[in-house]
Amino acid sequence: MHLNPARSLRPAHAAARHTSSCLLAPLRAPLFLAPLLFLSACDGILDPRGPIGNADGLIMLNSLEIMLAIVIPTLVAALIFAWWFRASNTRARYLPHFDYSGRLEVIVWAIPILVILFLGGVIWIGSHDLDPSKPITSRNQPINVQVVALDWKWLFIYPDQGIATVNQLVVPADTPIHFSLTSASVMNVFFVPQLGSMIYAMNGMVSQLWLQADRQGDYFGESAQFSGDGFSGMHFTMHAVTSADFNTWVNGVRQGRGPTLDWTGYLDLAKQSQNVQPYVYRTVDLSLFRAISTQSLPPGPGPKTGRSGEQAHPRPEG
Amino acid sequence: MSVSQALPGTHRRDMDAYRLRHGHGGGHGGHDFPTGHGEGGPAPRHVVVAYGFWIFILSDIIMFSTFFAAHAVLATATAGGPSGTVMFNPANVAWETTALLLSSFTCGLSAVATRARSLVWTEIGLLITGVLGVAFLVLECREFASFVARGASPEASAFLSSFFAVVGCHGLHVTAGLLWLGTMMAQVFVKGFRPDILRRLLCFNLFWHALDIIWVALFTIVYLIGLGR
Amino acid sequence: MLGKLTWQAIPFDQPIPLVAGGVVFLILVAVVIWIIVKGHLPYLWNEWITSVDHKRIGVMYMLLSLVMLLRGFIDGLMMRSQQALAFRAPGYLPPEHYDQIFSAHGTIMIFFGAMPMVIGLMNFVVPLQLGVRDVAFPTLNSTSFWLTATGALLVNVSLVVGEFARTGWLPYPPLSEATYTPGVGVDYYVWALQISGVGTLLTGVNFVTTILKMRAPGMSYLRMPVFCWTALASNLLIVAAFPVLTATLAMLALDRYLGFHFFTDTAGGNQMMFVNLIWAWGHPEVYILVLPAFGVFSEVIPTFSGKPLFGYRSMVAATLFICIVSFTVWLHHFFTMGAGGDVNGVFGIATSIIAVGTGVKIYNWMFTMYGGRIRYTTPMLWSVGFIVTFVIGGMTGVMLAVPPADFELHNSLFLVAHFHNVIIGGVVFGGFAGLTYWFPKAFGFRLHEGWGKASFWFTFIGFYATFVPLYVAGLLGMTRRLQEYDVASWQPWVLAAGVGVLVTLVGAVCQVTQLVVSILHRDELRDETGDPWDGRSLEWSTASPPPAFNYAVLPNVQGEEPYWEIKRRAIETQQLAAEPDYKPIELPRNSPTGFITAFFATITGFALIWQIWWMVVVGLVAAYLVFVVFAWRDVTEYEIPASEVAAIDRARRTARQQWLDTHARVGEQV
Repeated sequence: MHLNPARSLRPAHAAARHTSSCLLAPLRAPLFLAPLLFLSACDGILDPRGPIGNADGLIMLNSLEIMLAIVIPTLVAALIFAWWFRASNTRARYLPHFDYSGRLEVIVWAIPILVILFLGGVIWIGSHDLDPSKPITSRNQPINVQVVALDWKWLFIYPDQGIATVNQLVVPADTPIHFSLTSASVMNVFFVPQLGSMIYAMNGMVSQLWLQADRQGDYFGESAQFSGDGFSGMHFTMHAVTSADFNTWVNGVRQGRGPTLDWTGYLDLAKQSQNVQPYVYRTVDLSLFRAISTQSLPPGPGPKTGRSGEQAHPRPEG
Repeated sequence: MSVSQALPGTHRRDMDAYRLRHGHGGGHGGHDFPTGHGEGGPAPRHVVVAYGFWIFILSDIIMFSTFFAAHAVLATATAGGPSGTVMFNPANVAWETTALLLSSFTCGLSAVATRARSLVWTEIGLLITGVLGVAFLVLECREFASFVARGASPEASAFLSSFFAVVGCHGLHVTAGLLWLGTMMAQVFVKGFRPDILRRLLCFNLFWHALDIIWVALFTIVYLIGLGR
Repeated sequence: MLGKLTWQAIPFDQPIPLVAGGVVFLILVAVVIWIIVKGHLPYLWNEWITSVDHKRIGVMYMLLSLVMLLRGFIDGLMMRSQQALAFRAPGYLPPEHYDQIFSAHGTIMIFFGAMPMVIGLMNFVVPLQLGVRDVAFPTLNSTSFWLTATGALLVNVSLVVGEFARTGWLPYPPLSEATYTPGVGVDYYVWALQISGVGTLLTGVNFVTTILKMRAPGMSYLRMPVFCWTALASNLLIVAAFPVLTATLAMLALDRYLGFHFFTDTAGGNQMMFVNLIWAWGHPEVYILVLPAFGVFSEVIPTFSGKPLFGYRSMVAATLFICIVSFTVWLHHFFTMGAGGDVNGVFGIATSIIAVGTGVKIYNWMFTMYGGRIRYTTPMLWSVGFIVTFVIGGMTGVMLAVPPADFELHNSLFLVAHFHNVIIGGVVFGGFAGLTYWFPKAFGFRLHEGWGKASFWFTFIGFYATFVPLYVAGLLGMTRRLQEYDVASWQPWVLAAGVGVLVTLVGAVCQVTQLVVSILHRDELRDETGDPWDGRSLEWSTASPPPAFNYAVLPNVQGEEPYWEIKRRAIETQQLAAEPDYKPIELPRNSPTGFITAFFATITGFALIWQIWWMVVVGLVAAYLVFVVFAWRDVTEYEIPASEVAAIDRARRTARQQWLDTHARVGEQV
């Protein structure tokens, strides 16, 4: 796998953070895991680009290390026993009555218990520290995004900016993003692997998620809960840009020729469609998210007869 | 009610539920003394059958527990529609309970008659049990019909779905029990008190009493707590 | 007249299921014609279809399991090949079809592949190991099998009549509700599982009763073989967990058929409740599958190491510990549903606690091998393969038990690789170990060793070749159930898995070949004494195959490993124990009840799926009548006269005496 040489230079402003570039990641994990990380082509969960992803990934590697500390000696011992005590090995002692040892019992119960105690601490602390609804503190003001999972596309509403997008998420880098999520129909899961945790999106309910992209970049996003025939097309790109670029983009959308999203437009959008190309709405009815999540607007319709409908792509106005 | 004096010898084993007498251990070469650890060889047939049926009843209770758990979750999900407080008629529920508990009593009486090998009184006991069971079902069906007529049908809300399902599940079990009851009455009448028919009567008794226990739980969780909400 | 059923239910426009269905149909017709023409039908009917003998029923379960494992494996091959082809391309399976395939793959593998496999092994072995003649309720046992077969039949019929569920193997609402899945797919799923679920529940009742109430004289709880302990734990789990599945699927059926609102989006339905309920069943289910596999290894490893199982009591304790704790961990299947830090933390800790029980077992197996003289027959290879593979799979499971890690790995291919790791490494390896180990007992001849070893190595290597790339793909962010994808970094791994599965395919072919070759060469592979492996538990004291009554006289059990003691005494004294006093033996008569009940259950299930209401009524009434006819029997048993018992048992003793005469010394192995 080929490494981008530019990545070996760490940006100065990132020095204080827990960023792991592909080159540095091996230093934080046992050396023998390094090949795995290089093989990974530096993508996905093992190449996190935000504080949540870093923390999740760190805990994952730590638990792996804790487990490997037991598993590797166990496997080695198992293979040694299996090999040494084969019938053709006349040098091995045959102990046909060795079927109990109090000392060994204590050890074989104690080792897993001790590991689990330790891991239990990691679990308890991690579950609280990294609960998806726990806000990220930052010197920058968080951006709010309301997410609606539809069949089979993602609607992102920016309530503070008054715009909305489909299958495209633009956010400022180095800024906490506060997601409020719901679904128009079936269960979905919002997931951006390089930024961290995923969360369910369900109709009639609102779930909360905080993520942050430390650096600019394009990050792959998907749904991680099978939702029907159009599920595979339900991915999007999260563009993390500078604050200035973000503001420029927002203004561009507001003044652009994109359609408006009102309740009628939403009902149209909620009909089943697949592989929807990203586009933007220049204004959005701000009561929409609440209406969807409290079912003032009904859940999306299902298929007419068991086959999914064709693409819905509203034409821009003006 | 007369108790028959001469009990045929072949029934002795079935009546010796606690195996206080020696001799008929295991069945196929078992020891004579039960140790409580199953070391006496396979248990006698009626013990095995009753035990297995108990395990089945436990599994049925778990199934009901699932419906109860769902009801606990959905009891307040009335979707703007009626709740238990406005719908439930305590008098009706009291009559249903009376009918079912009485039927358990008469079922027990029929079991006493069976022990005494009285065909007539066994059949009478079972018949009254059945009539009371039918009365219970009639009251329940009328309750359901009155709810539906008022628009409180199971399609109206999750609470109503759960109510109809849990009470209906119990009602279905009562219906199946009545079918079984009728079959047992016919069997006993035609074939008499054979060991296998005695085992089945024992299982039927267990089933009918278990339905009663479930009803007590149901009545408490669904009706009493629902009325108090 | 025929509900929703019309000619359009048959996929004339889809070549793959049409051809597959046609081929299967032709094979079935050919087999049936061959059976009838060769005159095998009376034999099949009298000896197998109506049999209430646990040994016959166990064999039929294994046969069903192997056929369904193949069908599920073909589904898996299709999934891997579709994904290998589907990088920025549509592949050859459109979503409507692909979605059915992965749903069928999971459903068939778990319910009709793995469950029948472990239930089949338990059926065959447990009464023999307990030293008794049969299970507590033999006719119920037959009914259980045929109801399971009904479920399998319905799922397979959905291939050509209608469609199967397109929701995944667990039909989460609201997707599985009528609004979003109006077709019959989910209905096929629901009724197939409800019907076979009744069968499974009855098996649970049967075996709990048998193990607790019917054992040979002298066999106290702590003298039972560990396989019987794990069978007990597994069946207790069945009794406790399957009612939850029945109730939950009933609620879904009420939603779909009668417009109820248990799990709908509207009117107060609670989709999260389905997730909780279904996993309250689902987690015990995986322990139902793996505990008997653990039991198999607890028999195989001591036998082929030539020493007793290490730490018998702690194995029993660990088994019961796993049994109980398995009910406390279900939420780990949906950490990402947003329950909060406290709840997630508690369930994460509970999940890692359950790993303690399994860890203890692994160490006990290792110390069984320690100081042994290990013979690497096929079952022993599967066992060592299991230890390595299951430990790795368990490790990835504990990683997933840590909520922050799960927040990134939930529903990814990492998860898929984990559960295949433990199910294949545990249940499938255990099933094949048990199959190879007890096959001679069931049929009187061993399976061919060479093909067995080939099957092991190809399956073992194929497993890693398929699933290690999927672990990596999951770490790269690839989620499961994708019909098409366009992330370039995933492609090499998906391709690698596509190649790896072909290695596993070779393993599967070797497994089938092993069966065929063994049958053709059965005379060279004959098991003469009934104890081909120098076994330690009671089933090895019988002939291969055992007579219908298993034991002429129920053995008197003095300690753990009763047969080992019997053998030691015989070798030391150079004579068999005295001939027992033979008595006539009563056995339950065969009965078509199970088969006919299942026949009407199939009709009822099919009618419920297609909403042919008159047929539902007919099916239910007929099933009830079958029950009444069975209950009306006057003659329920038949007797084997003492002379016949004596003749059969004397033949067995003669074979044993011949073995004794040629093996004079203590410690000599077959």
